Amino acid sequence: MNNNDTGMTLIVKTITRISVWIIILYGIYIVLHGHLTPGGGFGGGVIIALALLNVLLAYGRDFTADWLNPKFLHGLEAASVSAFLIMGILGILVGGAFLGNFISHGQLFHLVSAGTIPVLNIVIGIKVAMALFLVIWVLSALELKEGEEV
Amino acid sequence: MILPYFIIIPLLAAFLITLIAGEKDHWGIAFSLITGIVLTVLAFYSFLVFRSETLVYQMGGWKLPYGIVLVQDALTGYMLVIVNLIALTSLLFSVNYIRYLDPDWKYYALFMLLLAGMNGVILTGDLFNLFVFMEIALLAAFALVAYGGRAEEYEAAFKYAVMGAVSSTIILVGITVTYSSTSALTMAAVADALSQGDPKIVHWIGGLFLVGFGLKAAAMPFHAWLPDAHSSAPAPISSMLSGVLIKVLGIYVIMRLFFNVLGAPDVFIRIFLVLSAISILVAGFISVNQWDMKRLLAYSSISQIGYILLGLGIATPLGILGAVFHLLNHAIFKSLLFFNAGTVEMMLGTRDLKKMGNLTRALPLTSNTSLIASLAISGIPPFNGFFSKLIIIIAAIQAGYPLYAIFAIVGSVLTMAALMKVQRYGFRGENEVDIGDKKVNWKMNTAMATLAVLCLVASVLIIPGIKEAAFDPVISVITEKTQYIQAVMGR
Amino acid sequence: MTIYLLCFALFLVGLYGILTKRDLVKIILSLTIMGYSANLFFILFAYRSQALYPILSEGAEMAPMVDPLPQALVLTSIVIELGTTALLVALAVRLYQKYKTFDITKIRRLSG
Repeated sequence: MNNNDTGMTLIVKTITRISVWIIILYGIYIVLHGHLTPGGGFGGGVIIALALLNVLLAYGRDFTADWLNPKFLHGLEAASVSAFLIMGILGILVGGAFLGNFISHGQLFHLVSAGTIPVLNIVIGIKVAMALFLVIWVLSALELKEGEEV
Repeated sequence: MILPYFIIIPLLAAFLITLIAGEKDHWGIAFSLITGIVLTVLAFYSFLVFRSETLVYQMGGWKLPYGIVLVQDALTGYMLVIVNLIALTSLLFSVNYIRYLDPDWKYYALFMLLLAGMNGVILTGDLFNLFVFMEIALLAAFALVAYGGRAEEYEAAFKYAVMGAVSSTIILVGITVTYSSTSALTMAAVADALSQGDPKIVHWIGGLFLVGFGLKAAAMPFHAWLPDAHSSAPAPISSMLSGVLIKVLGIYVIMRLFFNVLGAPDVFIRIFLVLSAISILVAGFISVNQWDMKRLLAYSSISQIGYILLGLGIATPLGILGAVFHLLNHAIFKSLLFFNAGTVEMMLGTRDLKKMGNLTRALPLTSNTSLIASLAISGIPPFNGFFSKLIIIIAAIQAGYPLYAIFAIVGSVLTMAALMKVQRYGFRGENEVDIGDKKVNWKMNTAMATLAVLCLVASVLIIPGIKEAAFDPVISVITEKTQYIQAVMGR
Repeated sequence: MTIYLLCFALFLVGLYGILTKRDLVKIILSLTIMGYSANLFFILFAYRSQALYPILSEGAEMAPMVDPLPQALVLTSIVIELGTTALLVALAVRLYQKYKTFDITKIRRLSG
């Protein structure tokens, strides 16, 4: 963890070790309260992706490949979209139209209310976070010097 | 109802392929072929059964002015049949071609995304939803053009991506102006509000949308991305791009917006005529000059899109019949020509016409089907190209535009010259070319033979009894311009 | 009125960058600026004077609010343009690996 060859200096690594978890918590807050406050799946997902990007920038690529598992993240991304479409199909079977709201609506202004909207927010948040992080992960593997001649 | 399944099934297939496929591409091929067959069957069913009524499906159960609707009328059903049929033959062709190029499951996932995006553009009834699905289809298309990994493909994909992004920004500005002047985004509600509003807003919105969607449809001043992108892409992607994508994203949306929503103002009809004349002639002249086989076919695509725009610009029922029929025909024979080019490239390793020779002994099915496709696109009876071009020419004379009829005839002669160049140098040249022991796989042969048979079968659609059943509902959707509002909102 | 003119000036800045710059990365940046100006134009149309933010909270009375629909649409549009930019950057890196330059006047193998 305290490898001085890759990544940035020791001060940056120490601060990142603390602040990454706070940023992920903030992102989860924005995703979960998507039906009460602005933000929702997209905004919260981007914040979680940026928290993981913090780790990639501060510690270097090899350490992040040990800490997270990119293949698992890849599968998680595809599974979350499939979960979204299955929620939609459940909406057809139970509710009457695609993405229909079939869970009970609950009371206004409570955290657990508004039917399927929080569930869809969580699914979209996972998808956006994984997608953004994997895009930057793949781009960071490309090096400018390699590649065969024309 | 079955309307959202056209979008759900390819999207689910794309992401299940990503989840399940390992290193090899067996699951990718299996899922995508099953999806292609299911979608083609559903498209035929929905066109034949629901031909003369309009189905409206509200997503999420929200009522009409508040939610997004999916609309199916006759024009939608017709375009769905064309898109899914060509996609199925492309998938069948690409099983072996992609194994030759670079075998990977990512190709099939991207292809399913392209199909889902195009189905979404056809089915939707809401302007911003159309923008989102168009972007999904375009991103998949950019990635697929760059699939092979050669240097020219990256350059072509970059040019295509920059021009596509500029036109998408212009379309977004057009949607902004529409929303601010009518405060509605559903196409039927926008049509309703625009028909009672200021005519100057209609001109402004129409101008912005013409530039944006004209670049997607490769009308002549905005065509510059098409020769590079369509000649460098792998062959089944060239046939999907040239056969269906420029028609769905360009011509179908122009039909929907300019005839059903904006009410076909005269200024834009005249602009269509001028753009189509430029497209037919200039692209025809440039296409005779090319020595690269796929680049020649790409320029001839621009020329044929000019024919479809000419049919739309005449705006009588006969002209629109010609445009709609030529849309179907061009999808069939241009896909077949690109499949032939792909087979020749796979067997010989080159696309340069000067290096090819006599291929009739070595690749019999390929050279025969390319002869059929060349005769069809030049307009020789009894193939389908003859009937659609004849209808457009007669419609131009009947509506009082004899100059445009002469342009159309000159364009047809140029097309025949370009394709005869392909036949003379590429397939029936002087020297016999030996390709050794390589054989063309049965899947590629099946795809080419199916399309060649369809070239003959599609000309059956012009017989008067079948024409009433197949084409008249489609034409009436376009010509009764604002009946669309009544059909969507009246229920 | 001046706000709309400034937004249009931003659009023209982006368009100038795409048309005249020779470096691939500068073309991608200009495309991003043009996309931002279109989104800004959309948000500017949602403003109503003397209106509140469109969030209903507990115990508040109903007041005139600004239009929330363009805000949702602009979120979608920003994410789409992010995807396009990511694709363009990946293509630019691959182009550098093949052609060894970022100069667009030298990447010109297809012509005619």
